[in-house]
Amino acid sequence: MAKILISFTLNGKKIEDAVSPDQPLLEYLREKGCKSVKRGCETSNCGLCTVLMDNKPILSCTMLAVRADGHNIITLEGKQQQAEEIGSYLAKEGAEQCGFCSPGLIMNIIAMKDELKNPSEDEIREYLSGNLCRCTGYVSQLRAIKAYLVSKEDCQ
Amino acid sequence: MNAKKYVGAGVVKSDAKALTTGKPVYTDDLAPADCLIVKVLRSPHAHALITNINTNIAMKVPGIVCVLTYEDVPQCRFTMAGQTYPEPSPYDRLILDRRVRFVGDAVAIVAGETEQAVDKALKLIKVEYKVLEPVLDMRKAKDNKILVHPEESWKSLCPVGADNMRNLCASGSDSHGDVDGTFAKCDVVIERTYRTKQNQQAMMETFRTYTQLDTYGRLNVISSTQVPFHVRRILSHALDIPKTQIRVIKPRLGGGFGAKQTVVTEVYPAIVTLKTGRPAKIVYSRYESMIASSPRHSMELTVRMGATNDGIIKVIDLYTLSNTGAFGEHGPTTVGLSAHKPIPLYGKQEAFRFTWDVVYTNTLSAGAYRGYGATQGIFAVESTVNELAEILNIDPVKMREINLVREGQVMHAYYGETATSCALDRCVERVKNMIDWDKKAKPITLPNGKIRAVGIAMAMQGSGISNVDVGSVTIRMGDDGDYNMLIGCTDMGTGCDTILAQMAADCLDCDMKNIAVYASDTDVSPYDSGSYASATTYVTGMACVKACEELRNKILLTGAEMLKVNVDDVDFDGQKVYVVADPEKFVTRKQVGYKGQCFSNRELAATVSHSSPTSPPPFMAGAAEIELDPETGKVELVDYCAAVDCGTPINPNLARVQTEGGLVQGIGMALYEDIIYDEKGVNYSNSFMQYKIPSRLDINKVRVEFESSYEPSGPFGAKSIGEVVINTPSPAIAAAVATACGVRIRELPITAEKIVIGLKNK
Repeated sequence: MAKILISFTLNGKKIEDAVSPDQPLLEYLREKGCKSVKRGCETSNCGLCTVLMDNKPILSCTMLAVRADGHNIITLEGKQQQAEEIGSYLAKEGAEQCGFCSPGLIMNIIAMKDELKNPSEDEIREYLSGNLCRCTGYVSQLRAIKAYLVSKEDCQ
Repeated sequence: MNAKKYVGAGVVKSDAKALTTGKPVYTDDLAPADCLIVKVLRSPHAHALITNINTNIAMKVPGIVCVLTYEDVPQCRFTMAGQTYPEPSPYDRLILDRRVRFVGDAVAIVAGETEQAVDKALKLIKVEYKVLEPVLDMRKAKDNKILVHPEESWKSLCPVGADNMRNLCASGSDSHGDVDGTFAKCDVVIERTYRTKQNQQAMMETFRTYTQLDTYGRLNVISSTQVPFHVRRILSHALDIPKTQIRVIKPRLGGGFGAKQTVVTEVYPAIVTLKTGRPAKIVYSRYESMIASSPRHSMELTVRMGATNDGIIKVIDLYTLSNTGAFGEHGPTTVGLSAHKPIPLYGKQEAFRFTWDVVYTNTLSAGAYRGYGATQGIFAVESTVNELAEILNIDPVKMREINLVREGQVMHAYYGETATSCALDRCVERVKNMIDWDKKAKPITLPNGKIRAVGIAMAMQGSGISNVDVGSVTIRMGDDGDYNMLIGCTDMGTGCDTILAQMAADCLDCDMKNIAVYASDTDVSPYDSGSYASATTYVTGMACVKACEELRNKILLTGAEMLKVNVDDVDFDGQKVYVVADPEKFVTRKQVGYKGQCFSNRELAATVSHSSPTSPPPFMAGAAEIELDPETGKVELVDYCAAVDCGTPINPNLARVQTEGGLVQGIGMALYEDIIYDEKGVNYSNSFMQYKIPSRLDINKVRVEFESSYEPSGPFGAKSIGEVVINTPSPAIAAAVATACGVRIRELPITAEKIVIGLKNK
């Protein structure tokens, strides 16, 4: 299959590349070394592959790499400082557990913080409902997220 | 051992930063870029014989390196169950077999340079099948004329009552006391049958493995596994190569929950690497993890229970029929827990009997899933107790207060073990208060027509497998007097790398930063059965305590020699070895460490293995508050309260998260998780679309508190926590539903549909 030339920004770096038209963004990003991006399903249910496109969260498993053309893509590799900060709140509760869903969850927490002002518990749950986790049962994560938002004076 | 510093503290996991910042620490992150991609062609039939398989066209696809069929694999049968040798699970598998036994069974292995090439080749393998009638119903499997394993090479290594000519993976019976005589004396006897379904562990990281040959030509296996040492032995059986030729390394795991106690993926890239000499990897899709994995055994459990009119439970007789599916992994052992865990909860029994059959069927091969049979048994027995309470008109909490097992009692249905540490009475009391039972015991109809009700259940589990599990710890002093700790257990997010370091730091009176932990690698780690059966904190934890003690003695000996005094005259405070009578005379830990590296005939290291003759149960009570819509049958879980006795919680934060996570898995099992087959044995529940696990929106309040006992045989008084926590939601929620609307759901999951049908049939 003929490759298609795209040009986009990945974690602040301009990239021009020829990509296969059938390659999902998720696989492409992992090939580029962004190993934080994980796959947990093939049906857009789990949220593990969440990345930011133009600062909005998207599921990289269900977007073709070619569609990144002209856009700004950010993975957890490009948000290390925030990841460490939010991660420290998760870790204080033991809420990262196996950690496999953490990158996708943290990407979405970053997006939520940008998008919602003083979210309520229900709003937090709703916003993050697409991020599955099998280890924690979610309650410790909610405690951690609230503590993080309170630290940013951004929670009811 | 001085004052506790780390044990009992909510220490942050030592891998937390790497995990939350997305570092490449999992199997697929570490696999070399030039790995061959390995995939498996799967059977579309539940039962068939391959009459012809043509791989010529598939081999011609550019980039395809090998295509393997049943003709290319060793002919020694083995089990994929990660258990101590000799495994109770029968040797009933080949890597690829001419007979396929469930929809999704392996037919061929394809390896190629790219995923696209492999996908194309999979479609071009021409297979002709002689389709056979399958056995799909576990109730019809025993002594059916259709045999799942008619082959002569099938063998069972342990006396578990297996007979492949009867579709039996295991069978037997066990009893204590005069069962029939005790029933005859009872005022009331009830008999109820309950059914539980197969459930997926659904860890976020699916099954995956990569393999390569090392400098010495040995097969290196890097795998997301809970059982590295068992993987090594099982691969040697499956591939027919010496165990010394295999090294297994476990990186970070994205969850396990028992799924990865079965060697699901390892054989496929391993045989490819052996055949081609090249690195190879397999990463199961979620689809494959749903249709060709190792789910919970579905069971049908018939409970007969006898009691006096004043509510004293005198006798339980349980028959469990368990479906092991196409292969026998964990079949003979899971079934035992369906009786050994629920029956001993009731301490006033005079007799019990347990009879079981574990049958082969042409469905997904079952395996180990958190709770391991106890979950099924506790649903049945706890539900029966709730039904009995209703018949006797006794409050279900009262019923438990009357009967529950207490510290010091002998548990006849639990291998005759004594409850050496048991706060079950306090757990029930605590949960009763947490949920405000006395106020809520009677259902309330809300103005919108919905009904609020509560239900309760108790549970226990074990702490490792008594007389079997081995945990080992190597701890050594090195540069600067700091320590390296090597362990063979497998942190799968549970935090054992951290909690074992907490224990070691307290044993050696140092900071956790003075101890570097490494796990786990069969070439480097001391032997450990692996992390399953709620073993690690209790079994490997005790090995840790003992290893530290042994090392401490060597530190004292070396220090005393350096100080030129008798070893009885010195002590070690974690920083220095000093003369007790003259504390100004001392050598520092650093000096001792370097002494071990210069003109030394004593290795400053200790390796200790630990096994336990008992498996002290953690206990708990759980209570559910639900809101049921009688129009639609919809159940909403409003609140779930749990009080847990895990002995000393070594790390209360991690113990709490274990509990919350286990409860929510149990809630999923209670309310929606179900593997559904069509009439031909095709598994419909093959994605997160069809197999629903709880999301953030399904979980309201989950509240956890600890009621700790002190287990004298455990490290710092600890027992286990990992599994017990999944057991109460099904019976507690079922009880709340019955209280709300009078419908007893005896088959999981408790769906709106079943409730509405129950209401219509009332």
